[in-house]
Amino acid sequence: MSSSSKTPYLMTGPGVLFFAALLGVPMLLTFLLSLHAYDFNTGVVPGWTLTNYVDVLGDSYFHKIFGRTFGLALLVTVICALIGAPEAYILSRLSNPWRSIFLLVVLGPLLISVVVRTLGWALFFGGKGVLTMVAQGLGFTDAPVSLMFTFTGMTIALVHVLVPFMVISVWASLQKIDPQSEDAALTLGASKFTVLRRITLPQAMPGILSGSIIVFALTASAFATPAIIGGRRMKVVATAAYDEYLSTLNWPLGATIAVLLLFANIVIIVSYNKLVERRFSKVFE
Amino acid sequence: MQRLGPIALIFHAIFVAFILAPLLMVVAVSFTGKGYLSLPTDGLSLRWYRAILDNPDFIDAFWMSVWLAFISASIAVLIAVPAALAIARKKFSGRDAISAFLLSPLMIPHLVLGVAFLQFYSKIGMGGTFFGLAAAHVILITPYALRLALASATGLPNDAENAALTLGASKFIVFRRVTLPLIFPGVAGGWMLSFITSFDELTMSVFVASPATQTLPVRMYHHIAQTIDPLIASISTVMIVLTFGVMLILDRFYGLDKIFVGKG
Repeated sequence: MSSSSKTPYLMTGPGVLFFAALLGVPMLLTFLLSLHAYDFNTGVVPGWTLTNYVDVLGDSYFHKIFGRTFGLALLVTVICALIGAPEAYILSRLSNPWRSIFLLVVLGPLLISVVVRTLGWALFFGGKGVLTMVAQGLGFTDAPVSLMFTFTGMTIALVHVLVPFMVISVWASLQKIDPQSEDAALTLGASKFTVLRRITLPQAMPGILSGSIIVFALTASAFATPAIIGGRRMKVVATAAYDEYLSTLNWPLGATIAVLLLFANIVIIVSYNKLVERRFSKVFE
Repeated sequence: MQRLGPIALIFHAIFVAFILAPLLMVVAVSFTGKGYLSLPTDGLSLRWYRAILDNPDFIDAFWMSVWLAFISASIAVLIAVPAALAIARKKFSGRDAISAFLLSPLMIPHLVLGVAFLQFYSKIGMGGTFFGLAAAHVILITPYALRLALASATGLPNDAENAALTLGASKFIVFRRVTLPLIFPGVAGGWMLSFITSFDELTMSVFVASPATQTLPVRMYHHIAQTIDPLIASISTVMIVLTFGVMLILDRFYGLDKIFVGKG
C-alpha cells in the first residue's frame, strides 16, 4: 500500500470532524452552562459563577443522592462479582451443546431493551405482583408486599440487568487459561479447593476486575431501571438530573449534576485502572 | 478437566432461573385476558396482542427505531471502517489520541450525552429533528463498530493486498475484493451490534427525541412512567421474540461471546 503521509488523516478525518462538531461542542456547551446561575423568572443568568457547584456539593439533599448512587453501584458490583464469576466458571466447564445454549441464555438478555427487562421486575415487585402472592401464600403476611420504590428492588433489578457483563468479562479471561495447569496442580496433589483458589481464581482475576469497572460505571449512570423501579422516591444522580432538565427546567443545575457524574465516573475508572495495572504488573512480572 | 459438582449445578440452575424469571413474567402477563395486570390463570388470551394494533403510536415508534438504527449503524460503520484500517495498520502521529477520541463515548454516561445534545440542538434550532437524533446515535454507537473493526483489522497481513497491487489491481479494487472480505466479519458484527445498541437506547434518546421522533424504548418508557398494563407486556413480548431471532442470527454468524467482549 502507498505510504502517503496524508492517507491516515484522510481515513480518520471524517470521524474526527464529526466527533469534534457533534460531541466536542455539545460537551463543552454543557460544561459552560454549568457555570451559569439560573433564575426561575428570567432563566439562565449571564455571567460566570460557581454557585451551582457550591449548591450541589454543599446540599445534603444532593449528598444523599450521590451517596445513594455510588453506594448502589458498589453493592451491585460486589453482588455481580460474587454470582457472575462462579457462573462464568461453571459455563466454561459445561460441555457442548449445554455450554452454547446457556451462554446464549445468560448473554442474550443484553440484547433485550433495558426497559423490557426492568418491566419484568416491576411486575414481580408491584403491590399485586408475584412477590405478594408468594408472601401471602406462605402465610408471611396479609398485606401486599412491594419492592417498588425501594433500594432493595433497584439493587435486584440492576444486578439482573448488568450481571451478564460480569459473566462475559470473566468468561473471556477464563478462555485464556490452559486447562492443563489445573490438571498439573491436581496431579501434584493439590485439593480441588486449592486449585480453585491458587490456580483458577488468580487467572480469572483480570476478568473480574475489568467486569467490575464496567458494572460500576454502568450502575452509577443507570437511568431506566432506577427511574422505573426507584421512581421519584428513590432518586439517583441520573434521575435527579433528568428531573432538573425536564421537570424543574433548571438546566444549569442539571448540567452541573451531569458534569459531576461524568467527572466522578472518569476519576473512579481511571484510578481503578491504575490500581489494577500496578497490582498485576507485580503478579505477571 | 474436572466435572461439576452438585452444588455448582444447583447454583447454575438458580442463576439461570434468575436471568429468565423477569422475561418469563413479562411473557406470562401478556397472555392475560383480564383488563388489569394478572397471570393468565384461566386460559390464554390474545386480547392484548390485538390491542397493539389499536395503538398505532407504538407501531410508528417501532418503525422509527428500526429506521433510526439502520441509518445510524450504517453511518457508524462508514466512519469506523476507514478509521480502523488507518489506526490498526498505519503509524502516524496522533494515532493514539484519535483512537481514544473516537472511543471516548464509551466513557461518557448516556445521560450526560443526552443533556449535552438537548442543549446543543435547542441552541442551533435542531431540537427534536430526526437528523439530530440520528447524529446523536452515530456518536453513541461508532465506538462499538470501531472496536470490532479494529479487532479484525489488527494484525492483518498485507501480503494478499500487495500481491493484488503488483498484479495491477487498482486501490479501490484491492479494498473491495481483498481488504473488505478479510475484515468483513468484524464489519458485519460491528454493524449488527451498533444496530441493536441504537435500537435499545433509552437514556440519551429520552432527552433528544420529540413526540414526532419517539423511538420505541422512549415511547415504552413514557407509557410505563404513567401506567404499567398488560399492553406494555404484550409489546415487550414481541420485542423479546424479535430480539431472540436477531440473537440466533448473530450467534450463527459471529459468536455471541465475541460480540459482547466488544460491547463491554
